[in-house]
Amino acid sequence: MASAAATSNAAPGPQSRARRWFSGFRERETWYAYAFILPWVIGFLLLTAYPMFASLYYSFTNYGIEQVAGFAPTERVGLANYRELLDDPRVQTSLTNTFIYTVMSVPAKMMVALGLALILARIVFAAGFFRTVFYLPDITPPVAIGILILVLFNGSFGIVNDVLGFFGIPGPFWTTDPDWIKPSLAIMSIWTVGGTMVIYLAALKAVPAHLYEAASMDGAGPWRRFFNVTLPMISPALFFTFIVLTIHGLQTFNEVYTAYFGEGQTGAEDPDAALMNVVYLFRQAFEFFNIGFASAMAWLLFVVIMIVTAVQFLVSRRLVFYQGAQK
Amino acid sequence: MTAGGQPNLPTAGSGVVSPRIPPSLASRVFGGRRERADGPRFGRVKSLFFLVLLAGISVLAIYPFLWLISASLKPQGDVFDNRLIPKNWQWNYTGDPSAVLGDEKLFALPDVPIEKWFLNSVWIGILAALLVAFSSAIVAFAFAYFRFPGRNALFALILATMMLPGAVTMIPIYLLWNEVSLLTGETGRLSFMPDIGVNTQYPLWVPNLFGSAFYIFLLRQFFLGMPRDLFEAARIDGDTYWTMFRRIALPLAKPALIVVFIFEFQAQWFDLLKPLIYLRDVALFTMPLGLKTILDQQGQGGGGEGRWEIIMAGTVVTVLPMLVLFAIFQRYFIQGIATQGRKG
Repeated sequence: MASAAATSNAAPGPQSRARRWFSGFRERETWYAYAFILPWVIGFLLLTAYPMFASLYYSFTNYGIEQVAGFAPTERVGLANYRELLDDPRVQTSLTNTFIYTVMSVPAKMMVALGLALILARIVFAAGFFRTVFYLPDITPPVAIGILILVLFNGSFGIVNDVLGFFGIPGPFWTTDPDWIKPSLAIMSIWTVGGTMVIYLAALKAVPAHLYEAASMDGAGPWRRFFNVTLPMISPALFFTFIVLTIHGLQTFNEVYTAYFGEGQTGAEDPDAALMNVVYLFRQAFEFFNIGFASAMAWLLFVVIMIVTAVQFLVSRRLVFYQGAQK
Repeated sequence: MTAGGQPNLPTAGSGVVSPRIPPSLASRVFGGRRERADGPRFGRVKSLFFLVLLAGISVLAIYPFLWLISASLKPQGDVFDNRLIPKNWQWNYTGDPSAVLGDEKLFALPDVPIEKWFLNSVWIGILAALLVAFSSAIVAFAFAYFRFPGRNALFALILATMMLPGAVTMIPIYLLWNEVSLLTGETGRLSFMPDIGVNTQYPLWVPNLFGSAFYIFLLRQFFLGMPRDLFEAARIDGDTYWTMFRRIALPLAKPALIVVFIFEFQAQWFDLLKPLIYLRDVALFTMPLGLKTILDQQGQGGGGEGRWEIIMAGTVVTVLPMLVLFAIFQRYFIQGIATQGRKG
């Protein structure tokens, strides 16, 4: 703002603002700053900006295995790849699978994490110990989790069905029955709830005690305190995890690919039931080298994620309370 | 916050800097250490009830690990007996490499150089984590310290790139590396360079030279928490921007740098997609891709015929390093995660 005072004589218009902006480049500091951020600038141009445009371009071409090898020329095909997206039933299957999985896992994960965090925030001792224990699954590599799904949820021998059988419930064939593959993936994803729980715990710890005292004095019971103090105060954390978990869920790959895809089909008879969006994209791009088609899929995924996130923002706008925010 | 409380303000040419982190700094940025702050707590009886409940849930969290370790110590037929303590013990990790086909141990499997995969992952993880911590710190420092035209717009751009799904850039980046493959190596135009393209490990860590959006964000928050006087004093003492960054900012940011290092090491140790895309030679594989290979090779037939005791042993080997790392750096894991939820 110091430079604003220097040019205060000029009428505050777009021209003077632009001049002020450019005058910054006369400062030595500016050049040093740009030298410092140069690594990111290069990385952005090379690994984000160019690939974005390239992938958009490829999505309108027939770029494929023959074109990569140089046997056939690359031709622009207009919207053909996008039309193919609509015609390919597996694209729809993979999108539906991904949605079902995300809708099953994200809210469940959030609720379990919140429940655990609420208890841990109020327990008198051993909270640190339990926090550590609940975080442990989060440091398990996804490939290992994919393998754990296969063995723990094994229809005939798995421990999950053993336990269900103990209570007289006949367990389904989780890893082979198309109807039960996604639920087992979602249940396993709840196992890695620790990170989300730690975020909630930090948010809960930041709620000022006087708010609870004031609420109690006004005669609010535990439920009112939860809904009128706790929830609004931690709503930014809830919102943040809601967005992040959804974006991650919509891009699930590692666990699913490990368990159900690859050279040795280990799991389902009908892996279409486990076919996630990114898995299908990966196979199209790197197993069949349908670069054009896969690029179109990637942009579809991007648009889907943008729409979902935008909807989440719109829906949550009234529900999230930012402390100290003006608006 | 003034630098007055800082006992060892580094002066120009003073050689060794002793960057004692102001005790408040780590907690101010991470917000950790405020354990017994506020909120109503449970009474005795309720506490007891919830302790029992938490103990029960803990069993759910821990059980898969125990199952895994136990299954890796059983003979083939017992893997799915779901006993925690094996009825018959069997060591499945090391053994005679000349064993009968179908009876080899994990570290003696044909075409499974697992110790190599392990070391590959360790080396790539450390290298990638060091590089990304350093490059992100440079960029983050610039956004925290300097005031320059375009700063806010560029920072917004960094935040925006976090939203971009990896799937969009994955394919063109692969094609770029494919081009690099054609250029380098003995047959390429740049034949003086070794082959650094597809089917080498370079694509896994070279992008880390350019910083990473999330880490830049995290480190910038940390640098912003440092008292500005510290830097001004160094400038007066004749430090250049670069030496100021290296001698003051970087040492003070150690806690945050450790968080970045751990996050990136974990990300590399977890990643299956990139090794799957770039690595063809078995000797180059990383641990996750190696484990997937073991699963595909030994897990045929789902439950019955597969050699799951070997797969379980491989899984233990993959899981264990992260457990060790967590045991040493637990604080940083938790603080790093907790920071994420803070106002993004």
